[in-house]
Amino acid sequence: MNLVFQFADTLLSTLRDVIPIAAVLLGFQLLVLRQPIANTWRVVRGFVYVLLGLALFLMGLEKAIFPLGEVMAAQLTDPVFLYGAEASTVTSVQWQHFGWVYAFAFAIGLATTLAEPALIAVGMKAEQVSGGAVSAWGLRLAVSLGVAIGVSIGCYRIVTGTDLWLYIMVAYIVVVAQTTRAPAMIIPLAYDSGGVTTSTVTVPLLAALGLGLAEAIPGRSPLIDGFGLIAFASVFPIMSVMGYAQMSRWLELRREKKKQQEVSDAF
Amino acid sequence: MLKAVVEVMRPLFGAARDLAPIVLVILFFQGLVLRQPIPNLEEMLVGLALVLVGLALFVRGLEIGMFPLGEAMAHAFAKKGNIYWLLAFSFLLGFGTTVAEPALIAVAGKAAQIAADSGMIGTTAEAMDEYAIGLRLTVALSVGTAIVLGVLRILSGWPVHFCIMAGYIIVVVMTMFAPQEIIGIAYDSGGVTTSTITVPLVTALGIGLATSIRGRNPLLDGFGLIAFASLVPMIFVMAYGMVIL
Repeated sequence: MNLVFQFADTLLSTLRDVIPIAAVLLGFQLLVLRQPIANTWRVVRGFVYVLLGLALFLMGLEKAIFPLGEVMAAQLTDPVFLYGAEASTVTSVQWQHFGWVYAFAFAIGLATTLAEPALIAVGMKAEQVSGGAVSAWGLRLAVSLGVAIGVSIGCYRIVTGTDLWLYIMVAYIVVVAQTTRAPAMIIPLAYDSGGVTTSTVTVPLLAALGLGLAEAIPGRSPLIDGFGLIAFASVFPIMSVMGYAQMSRWLELRREKKKQQEVSDAF
Repeated sequence: MLKAVVEVMRPLFGAARDLAPIVLVILFFQGLVLRQPIPNLEEMLVGLALVLVGLALFVRGLEIGMFPLGEAMAHAFAKKGNIYWLLAFSFLLGFGTTVAEPALIAVAGKAAQIAADSGMIGTTAEAMDEYAIGLRLTVALSVGTAIVLGVLRILSGWPVHFCIMAGYIIVVVMTMFAPQEIIGIAYDSGGVTTSTITVPLVTALGIGLATSIRGRNPLLDGFGLIAFASLVPMIFVMAYGMVIL
C-alpha cells in the first residue's frame, strides 16, 4: 500500500514537471499547426509510457540506488576509513590518501552515465541519423568514460583545494584545440554530450560525493567546494567524444595506408 | 505469441544491460572495499525492479511517442514557413521545460543559501526565496533564448563550433569579472538545465528541422541545441550575479 502512495507522489511531481511542456506542445499543435499527427493514439500511448516510466524509474532510484550511494559516499569520505584508527592525529591532507574516493568517483561516474535516460535517447538518435556510422553504444561509452575521468579529477580538485576555474579553462582550451582537428560531423554531437550527461541519475550521486568530500576535509566549505563536480562532468565528455572520433579516424587511416602499402608492394 | 513475448522482453533486456554497471559498482564497493552487508536487501531489490521496468517503458515511449511527435512538429513548422511561430515555439519549449525542473529548483535553493551565508543577500527566508526564484527565472529565460539561438543557427547553417567558441570566450571573460560566489553555481546551472524530458524533445526538434530544410545535414546541423542550452545559462547566471550582488 505504501508503495502505491509513493508511486502516486512521484507520478504527481513528474506530471508537474511535464505539464508546461505538454501545454506548449498541445497549444501549438491545436492552435498554430492544426495538422493531424500520424498515429495519434500511438503517440499518446508513447507519452503515457514516458511519464509512467520516468516516475517508476525515479521512485526506484530513490528506493534502491540513492540511499545506498549516499551512504557509500559518506563512508568512503569518512576520516576513519581514509586514515585508519589514528584519524584524529592527522593534521595535513594528502591527496594520495583518497585513492578509493577517486576510484569510486570514476566507477560511479561511468556506471550512472551509462544508465542516464537522456543519453540513451541521444545515442538512439545519433545512430539512426548517422546511418550507423556513430554507434549508440560507442557514443555512450565514450561519454561515460569522459564523465568518469572528469569526476575523478574533480574530486582531486576538492581534495587539493585548487581553483575551479583554472581546471575548467584548461579543459576549454583543450576542447578548442580538439575542435580544430576532429572530424566535422562529430563536433555538434560532442558538444551536445556535455549537456546530456548530467541529469536524473548522475547529479544526486555526484552531489552527495562532492558534499561528503568537502565536509571530510578541513578547510573546505561544503557549500562552495561541493559545487563544481557537475561542471567537470559536463566538460570532459566533450573531449572524450571528440577523442573517440579522432582515434577511430586515425585507426582507419592507418589501416588504409597499410592496405595501400601492400598493394604497392605487390607491384 | 512468441513474437509478443520477445517484443515485451527486448526493452527489458536493454534496460538490464544499461543498469548492470551500477549494480556491479555498488556490489564491488560495498562488498570488497567497505566490507559491509547491503542494508534493506528487500527494499533494494524492489527498487531495482522498478528502475528496470521504468527505464524500459521510458525508452519504448521515446520510440513511439516523443521522437515521432517532435519530428512531426518540426516538419510541420518547416512546411508552414512562418519563422516567428517557430521561434515562439522554441522559446516556450526551452522556458517551459526548465522552469519546473526539479534539479534546478534544488540548485537554486542551495545557491540562495550560499549567497545568504556569505552576506550578499539578507538571511531572511523572504530574501532567499526571492533570490532563488530570480535565479530560476534567469535560467529558464536563458534556456528559452538558447533554443531560439540554436534554431536560428540551424536555419542559417552556421557551423556549431563558431557559436560555441564565441560563447566560451564570453564565459571566460565574464568569469574574470563575476563575483566568486556565483561562478560555481553558474557552471553547474549549465549542466542541470537539460532534463530527461527536454533532451529527447529538443533533439527531435533539431533533427526534424535539419532534415526538412534543404541543404542541411541532420548530423552536422541537427545536433547542437543541447550544447546551446547548457552554455547560455552560464552567461545569464553570471550576469544575474553581477547585477544582483
